[in-house]
Amino acid sequence: MSEIILVDIGSTFTKVTAVDLSTAQLISQANAPTTPEDVSIGLQNAFDQLGLPHEVIMGARKLACSSAAGGLRMVAIGLVEDLTAKAAKQAALGAGARVLKTYSFQLTEADLAEIEQLQPDIILLAGGTDGGNTANILHNAQALASLSQGVPIVIAGNRSVGPEVSKCFPERFSTYLAPNVMPQIGKLEVEPAREVIRKVFMEKIIFAKGLNKAERLIEGIFMPTPAAVLRAGRLLSEGTDLTKGWGDLLIVDVGGATTDVHSLGSGSPSKAGVVPRGLPEPYAKRTVEGDLGMRVSVLPLVEAINPAVLARDLNWEQEKVEKRAKELSVRPELLPQNPEEVAFDHALGYRAVHLAVGRHVGRLSELYTPSGLVWMQDGKDLSPVNKVIGTGGVMVNSQHAHSMLKGAEQQPETPLELRPERPRYFLDGKYILAPMGLLAEDYPEVALKILKDSLNDHELARRD
Amino acid sequence: MESKKTLVLGVIGSDVHAVGNKILEVSFQEAGFNVVNLGVLVSQKEFVEAALETNADAIMVSSLYGHGEIDVRGLREALIEAGIGDILMYIGGYLVVGSQEWSEVENKFKQLGFDRVYPPSTLPEDVIPTLRADLGI
Ligand code: B12
Repeated sequence: MSEIILVDIGSTFTKVTAVDLSTAQLISQANAPTTPEDVSIGLQNAFDQLGLPHEVIMGARKLACSSAAGGLRMVAIGLVEDLTAKAAKQAALGAGARVLKTYSFQLTEADLAEIEQLQPDIILLAGGTDGGNTANILHNAQALASLSQGVPIVIAGNRSVGPEVSKCFPERFSTYLAPNVMPQIGKLEVEPAREVIRKVFMEKIIFAKGLNKAERLIEGIFMPTPAAVLRAGRLLSEGTDLTKGWGDLLIVDVGGATTDVHSLGSGSPSKAGVVPRGLPEPYAKRTVEGDLGMRVSVLPLVEAINPAVLARDLNWEQEKVEKRAKELSVRPELLPQNPEEVAFDHALGYRAVHLAVGRHVGRLSELYTPSGLVWMQDGKDLSPVNKVIGTGGVMVNSQHAHSMLKGAEQQPETPLELRPERPRYFLDGKYILAPMGLLAEDYPEVALKILKDSLNDHELARRD
Repeated sequence: MESKKTLVLGVIGSDVHAVGNKILEVSFQEAGFNVVNLGVLVSQKEFVEAALETNADAIMVSSLYGHGEIDVRGLREALIEAGIGDILMYIGGYLVVGSQEWSEVENKFKQLGFDRVYPPSTLPEDVIPTLRADLGI
């Protein structure tokens, strides 16, 4: 049996991709609306669209990822905002979570009330380097133990008190010990915690959300969809033992509610004489901008862009911009119907990419010292990145994907942002990233080949 | 390993003199300390935050380029604010500017919240016994 089926149960659509492992080729793809009450119905509908014989579908291995039922919603907690709290947030984002909020220092009564409201699926509790501060994480564990609902807690703080932290929680909580997200100052170790979060997602959260109903048709839901996308990016960037990857790259996903940016690359300074500062950032880094989305978050997006700027981009009156934004926020299902509405989405998409990438990349700042100017770098230098991939419905369904994606690159007005300088652009035109992220674990060669083939087929007009 | 005393080390402000910092790192490590070296160009905030996360036992500040007095102003207060105000703190490097008297300089930096102040060309071995005594080891 050389067929395998990859499934992505999204909040609106369930997408299925059948792959022939022996030839490393896509056989067919299909989708059907997700059915939230019982996701197996939508899944079966999607299978039925594949156009494959029943026995083939039944006999194939089926692996899934999911962003349905709100995705994986997490709260991250650390000690110092710029250190363990930041590391915890990065670990959760990289695990594919939506980070509802990040807390630092000691949790207060008000924080606890807020967490109670937010109802996270998992709480990631960090704080203290190994052998470092213990008081804060113990305090926070005791505070969290008073939450009325038992939440799975992933503990990834000071190793010296891991078991002690775990003991603070009564039985209604399940606790999981992971290696410290920041074992030493300046050393980020988010991968092991990401893996623990993924396991908890797979073993617990799927059930809590009722997504396990899908499991009568498939082998399992192995990770949140954004984690699968990040894995695909990682495989494509690093390659396998046998096949070279594409090197550093950037993936941008503009959605209705958020804009996600993934970067794969070390991000160390590419120019001589630049001093890196602050916490190092992960090789595989994901950021999610909750205020930059084309529909649900259109009002904060327009706010972040500045309506006057958007009006200038479009050559519209500002009132007209504001009116259209309002309309889209009230009726997020609206698709552009005429050239003007297309132009509006195009301008929004460009600006969303521009802002989200600007927040993701590192930046330079000047420091005047007695011996002259020194350049400092905070965050990742992504200027050498030469491949940018656009994914998600907004990009894939637009005629203007190329010019929207160009919002990612270096521009004269943002000289201090370390954006890709002159990248090539690719479109994830067949929604191949998430399924290949799923396939990457067991069949990296196949996944890599399909990724390269599909993206190469969708290279957006070269600049030169 | 967990019982080792932790020192946070760094050169404060816009100061890039890196050699002494490296020597101190190695010497303190060899003397059995757990060293968290923040390197050069270290801000007050970074000292405070690193000390907090690592539950440090002492902070060792260097300043070579002549602006130390300005750079360290408020550091003790920031530590107090962060809840670790009584942490042991030393400073050394090139603190003398022009023809100041050493006792004057030492006094000034003690006023600024340092427990011990060291003149130029202090060697690590001049410091380590005192540090051990101050930390009760
Ligand atoms: C090399 C050097 C540089 C190099 C540094 C290269 C590098 N990346 O490290 C460069 C050329 C970049 C440089 C630049 C400048 N420098 Co310079 N530099 C020196 C020099 C020649 C040697 C420093 C050194 O490495 N010493 C060797 C190490 C081992 O010694 P150390 O750093 O003093 O550390 C030891 C002790 O002091 C002690 N110690 C240090 N910190 C601490 C902390 C604690 C808690 C303790 C207990 C002990 C301790 O332990 C260390 C090990 O024994 C000194 C002069 C000198 N001979 O010291 C001037 C000197 C330090 N520089 C000086 C100046 C003025 C500058 C500049 C402002 C010059 C300019 N106008 O361009 C710039 C400033 C740049 C900046 N932003 O920091 C002056 C400082 C005068 C002052 N403080 O009043 C000095 C003293 C030269 C002089 N006599 O004028 N410099």
